[in-house]
Amino acid sequence: MVKTGAEILWECLIREGVEIVFGYPGGAIMPVYDAMLNYPVHHVLVRHEQGATYMADGYARATGKVGVCMATSGPGATNLVTGIAAAMMDSVPMVCITGQVAAHLIGGDAFQETDVTGITQPITKHNYLITRADEIAQVVREAFYIARSGRPGPVVIDMCKNAQVEKAEFVYPETIHLPGYRPPQHASLKDLQNAAALIKTAQRPVILAGHGVLKSGAMPELRDFALKTQTPVAMTLLGLGALPASHPLSLGMMGMHGEAYCNNAIQQADLLLAFGMRFDDRVTGNLRTYAPRARKIHVEIDPSEIHKNVHVDVPLVGDLKTVLTDLAPLIEPADHEEWLDQIAEWKADTEARDILAWANDGRLYVSHVVRDLWQTMGQELILATDVGQHQMWTAQYYKLEQPYRWLTSGGAGAMGYGFPAAMGAWFGHKDKEAWAIVGDGGFQMTQAELATAVQEGANVKIAIMNNNFLGMVRQWQEFFFEKRYSAVNMTSPDFVKLADAYGIPARRVTQPEEVAEAIAFARSTPGPVLLEFVVEKEEAVYPMVPAGADLDAMIRRPIRQPAAAAN
Amino acid sequence: MRQTLIATVENKPGVLNRVASLFRRRNFNIDSLNVGRTENETISRMTIVMDPAGTTAQQVEANLYKLVNVLDVQDVTDQPAVLRELALIKVTASPEQRGEILSLANIFRAQIIDVAPDCVIVQVAAGEDKVDSLVELLRPHGIIELVRTGHVAMMRGRTPGIRHTPGAGQNGAYSNGYH
Ligand SMILES: Cc1ncc(C[n+]2csc(CCOP(=O)(O)OP(=O)(O)O)c2C)c(N)n1
Repeated sequence: MVKTGAEILWECLIREGVEIVFGYPGGAIMPVYDAMLNYPVHHVLVRHEQGATYMADGYARATGKVGVCMATSGPGATNLVTGIAAAMMDSVPMVCITGQVAAHLIGGDAFQETDVTGITQPITKHNYLITRADEIAQVVREAFYIARSGRPGPVVIDMCKNAQVEKAEFVYPETIHLPGYRPPQHASLKDLQNAAALIKTAQRPVILAGHGVLKSGAMPELRDFALKTQTPVAMTLLGLGALPASHPLSLGMMGMHGEAYCNNAIQQADLLLAFGMRFDDRVTGNLRTYAPRARKIHVEIDPSEIHKNVHVDVPLVGDLKTVLTDLAPLIEPADHEEWLDQIAEWKADTEARDILAWANDGRLYVSHVVRDLWQTMGQELILATDVGQHQMWTAQYYKLEQPYRWLTSGGAGAMGYGFPAAMGAWFGHKDKEAWAIVGDGGFQMTQAELATAVQEGANVKIAIMNNNFLGMVRQWQEFFFEKRYSAVNMTSPDFVKLADAYGIPARRVTQPEEVAEAIAFARSTPGPVLLEFVVEKEEAVYPMVPAGADLDAMIRRPIRQPAAAAN
Repeated sequence: MRQTLIATVENKPGVLNRVASLFRRRNFNIDSLNVGRTENETISRMTIVMDPAGTTAQQVEANLYKLVNVLDVQDVTDQPAVLRELALIKVTASPEQRGEILSLANIFRAQIIDVAPDCVIVQVAAGEDKVDSLVELLRPHGIIELVRTGHVAMMRGRTPGIRHTPGAGQNGAYSNGYH
């Protein structure tokens, strides 16, 4: 059937299962927006294209589907860049469709012409420039396949305006021919045997579970492996939810703000089993002193991650779920009682320092708010954070029992992510509440999406942790720059009034006693709700491994006597 | 020791740019990069000579595979491979000097491919060391212009080069375990 390029695009998107698109129109993408009216797709009109990328990202992380966003050429497309880079860092499947000036104008600095494929090349898994209508079907098919398979990532399709209006015969391609794209599946038997031999002799093993566990859906295999070999599991920031936080073998989060006993266990381990994680500098600290006594097994779908930061003894290149399934019959049961006892001892010390052990001193701490939220909501929510101190406290104190409920910008640490991501996730799970825990700084980067939330009736609860500071930067200045506070003091609008201007119900909370009531208020009020928590201004996230320091050289929270706290 | 890789890539617009951009982004130091057509018009071939400081061939190979348009990568360093580069050297040559230049060229199996009243162009196709020596010997005559292509490489016989990427099948292509 002959169709316009714009129609072909929508025909293909529908066939890829796309139900929702986050975007913003403009000149070079107008034919696509016009054709959209004839297709059963929900379009969410954002207030800034960056918001569209974060929504698509949140939607993708929460549902496992490919998130789709759309923008016009030039400034529309460049506004997507941060979100694309963030999706690339965190392996989030996304397809971004941008308008481009007509093919014959390319290279001539036409109005709103920007070299989008050039700009996005290093921050995409792959990208395409479409100059003719008859290329569209094949490209869209490939783009979705590439975005979601292997190690997922964002794919940009830059579409010349002429290709949108010209007509072509529409044939949905049945097959994809990508001879250079072969995501690995199985590791070789020899490597599996080598790994099994290391596992057998280990006395102090630790599993490092990353985002790859969730990406590959390997939660049951991870749990079985850990149980059978009695191996404790440390999780990366993005791996949280891979194993329930309440699981006896869970060590919680590793790394810069990881649990001290978790980092100690890694440093003392004699075998590290890295499952779908990439030894980011935020989890290794000083590479020269990282886990010095440990042999390392690295299960990873992306061969370029092997030996990139940490040299490993046995690389198992393949899909994690497949590799763990293949490995299972080669593994023998073990119990590492002594090792687990040792870890339990470190854990007791951590608990003594825990801020949650503090008596109520009348002040509001983010960690307390997070705990209260967790006590009320349990697992009945989708939880997004922005970037900064509140992000780390949420990672530490919101005990996640399930995967795919936790959205946070890890690799890129992109401020402004939390609120739009929560909204995107809600579109994928309308039966759930989506909560965004955000800082006063990060929230203001994408707060324009409040209007989008209202327009869409999104059931998103925004919890702003207002410390009047760019808190994480302030903490670094406190620790490493002699408390010389530079450009971290932040004046914010009256957030309750701001919400009011959008017609969003809101509350300000200043006392610990008010937290539960405010949460109840948010829950019982349908649609978007904003809560502002006026929190302790100069609290620090502990423990902290200073950037580049040894992983067990942590700055610990001073032990506070409960009696002193009561004064 | 410099490493030499052969990459076959899809012959599509922008692929050279993707490869070059990858090297820049990953901070890989490339000595020379040669691209050309092959027996198959849909495939181009690159010969990459790299300075291994800080980077292993395995890393370069694995990163190349992340590019959707890269079909195959072989490491031919220390393998039975033929490495050749072509150089054109324009040298000052009065009619009296021509004889000496010609005999030098003969030793290196180089040719004089252009003769002007006061200069000649010497063409040589050889391994890098030989080209270096010829250039040094010609230098006293006065080199006016010099251009070198960088290495192109080919394995002898039918054995392929080394493929580092774990999981790569016996016969090169990812036949084993890759779908
Ligand atoms: C887009 C962007 N700009 C700058 C930073 C650097 N940065 C990291 S955390 C942080 C402070 C965040 O402050 P806030 O949002 O108030 O959260 P808090 O740390 O106080 O919880 C900054 C500026 C960043 N991560 N992202």
